[in-house]
Amino acid sequence: MKGSKKFKKGIIIFSFLLPSLLAFSIFSIFSIGYSFFLSFTDWDIITAPNFVGLNNYSNILHSEEFWKVLGNTLYYMVLYIPLIIIFSIGVAMLLNVKSKFTGVFRTIFFIPVLTSWVAAAMLWRWLLSPYYGPINAILQVFGIPGPSWLYDSVWAMPAIVLASLWKDVGFFGLIFLSGLQAIDPTYYEAAEIDGASKFQRFRKITLPLLSPTIFFVLIISSINSFQLFPQVMIMTQGGPFGSTEVFMERIYSYAFKYYEMGYASAYSWILFVFIFIFTILQWTLQKRWVYYEA
Amino acid sequence: MKRKSPVSKVVYYVVMIVLSFFMVLPLFWMITTSLKDTGALTAIPIEWIPKKVTFDSFRKLFEIFPFGKAFLNSVIVSVSITIVNVFSACMAAYVFAKIPFKGRELLFGIFLVTMMIPGSVTLIPNYLILRSFHLLNSYLGLILPSFFNIFGIFMLRQSMRQIPDDFIDAAVIDGASQWRIFFNVIIPLSRPMIATLFVITFMGAWNDYLWPLIVLTDKSKMTLPVALSMLNGQYSTEYNLLMAGALISIVPIIIVYAFAQRYFEEGLTAGGLKG
Repeated sequence: MKGSKKFKKGIIIFSFLLPSLLAFSIFSIFSIGYSFFLSFTDWDIITAPNFVGLNNYSNILHSEEFWKVLGNTLYYMVLYIPLIIIFSIGVAMLLNVKSKFTGVFRTIFFIPVLTSWVAAAMLWRWLLSPYYGPINAILQVFGIPGPSWLYDSVWAMPAIVLASLWKDVGFFGLIFLSGLQAIDPTYYEAAEIDGASKFQRFRKITLPLLSPTIFFVLIISSINSFQLFPQVMIMTQGGPFGSTEVFMERIYSYAFKYYEMGYASAYSWILFVFIFIFTILQWTLQKRWVYYEA
Repeated sequence: MKRKSPVSKVVYYVVMIVLSFFMVLPLFWMITTSLKDTGALTAIPIEWIPKKVTFDSFRKLFEIFPFGKAFLNSVIVSVSITIVNVFSACMAAYVFAKIPFKGRELLFGIFLVTMMIPGSVTLIPNYLILRSFHLLNSYLGLILPSFFNIFGIFMLRQSMRQIPDDFIDAAVIDGASQWRIFFNVIIPLSRPMIATLFVITFMGAWNDYLWPLIVLTDKSKMTLPVALSMLNGQYSTEYNLLMAGALISIVPIIIVYAFAQRYFEEGLTAGGLKG
């Protein structure tokens, strides 16, 4: 009697979990194992796969291309991450001021977040057009000769950073805004009575109490940066001269243009290791600068 | 809050207006470009406002490409993914929140750990799995992975935990089955979180690029982002055409946002967790 009731409960639990479990087993667990297996083969999707040991990994790590791709990615991160954090905090502080138009401003910053990256990247390709685009036209008004942006291997990556800042600032701004609103206003009142200047209040109250949010944004934006994709695909396709080749663009090309599934899988595992190490590193370093209210 | 001085108020508005200008300028340029004829694209100095307004680019867009079809495809795919994704997450979240069993926390832990593995690792094998089941170029294949949504499960589990056990116990005493409890008690009481997940999942599905790009290769099956990227390659300098397409792809999301702004913003701020 009790056994059959237990059995019935098991069936119910199982049936509620079934859709998630099935998809999880196939598209996560099996998939991860499959990818790991593939990374040790030379499968080209047509002929039978051969086991090649660590060849893919060692070929990748010994290729000039890989280090270039890593360099490009780090270059993007060095430009993008500090700027997005600074701008987002700025936007959050501005949105935190109550005025008649706060709602309008909020919407203005948020619209780019809503657009697809494909649409946004196409738009930025056009905005950055060297001769017919508005950005260089504005620069010219101030007497600055605009660069060729996406056609110049020095300026292509900064151009992608610019587009990413425009697209993401509303999103991270909103995250910082909720961080700001969680700060107890009595801290500011007390500091003001003690005669602290605006800058001191920002430096001594806002920044430390916002540091958990900064840490969170740092983690998210670095993981996203490692997997940069649609911007590059639409705006430059890795060019000019490979100056914007990044991990996901390479993985996509190897897997779905050249059908080198093994090589591409190994690439994706190397990317995973980089993301993993980077995240762990930041997690360890956070103790030194992130302030948790106890 | 204390009253602001007039000077800081002026500074605030000046800064806000300058920033807003730079945020809006690209969108303004998108709209005006879509209304230009091809000749006006290469005008020097550039035409901020088109001298001649024309809807030719919109007309041409539908002539050269099954763009209406792509729009419809996007609607079908995004709505299906959203329903499947949120419903499946609701079912699993109910168990994780309210039906204890041995190994439950362990299973939940395993689910969570996979969040650490970036999508780039599973992309290739998932494509190959669909290929071996002959599900490439099909919406079924495109949608299948959405049945597992750890982010949704996590968020719904948090909100379902708030539901008092008394509600469930009362229903059990009345002889209701678990399914009945699920549909009549749990789902209605989780509505705000479900709505939040609905809008952000819809947005994610509507804007998704990489997965549909590799799964859907047939022109008549393509969703909007894939169709746009194809146009971007083929008509790379006809920006009036491209901007018209981009504009059409943005409008539905803006409409959803206008009606569900609160859910959007709540969902996305929490969605940062997703990583």
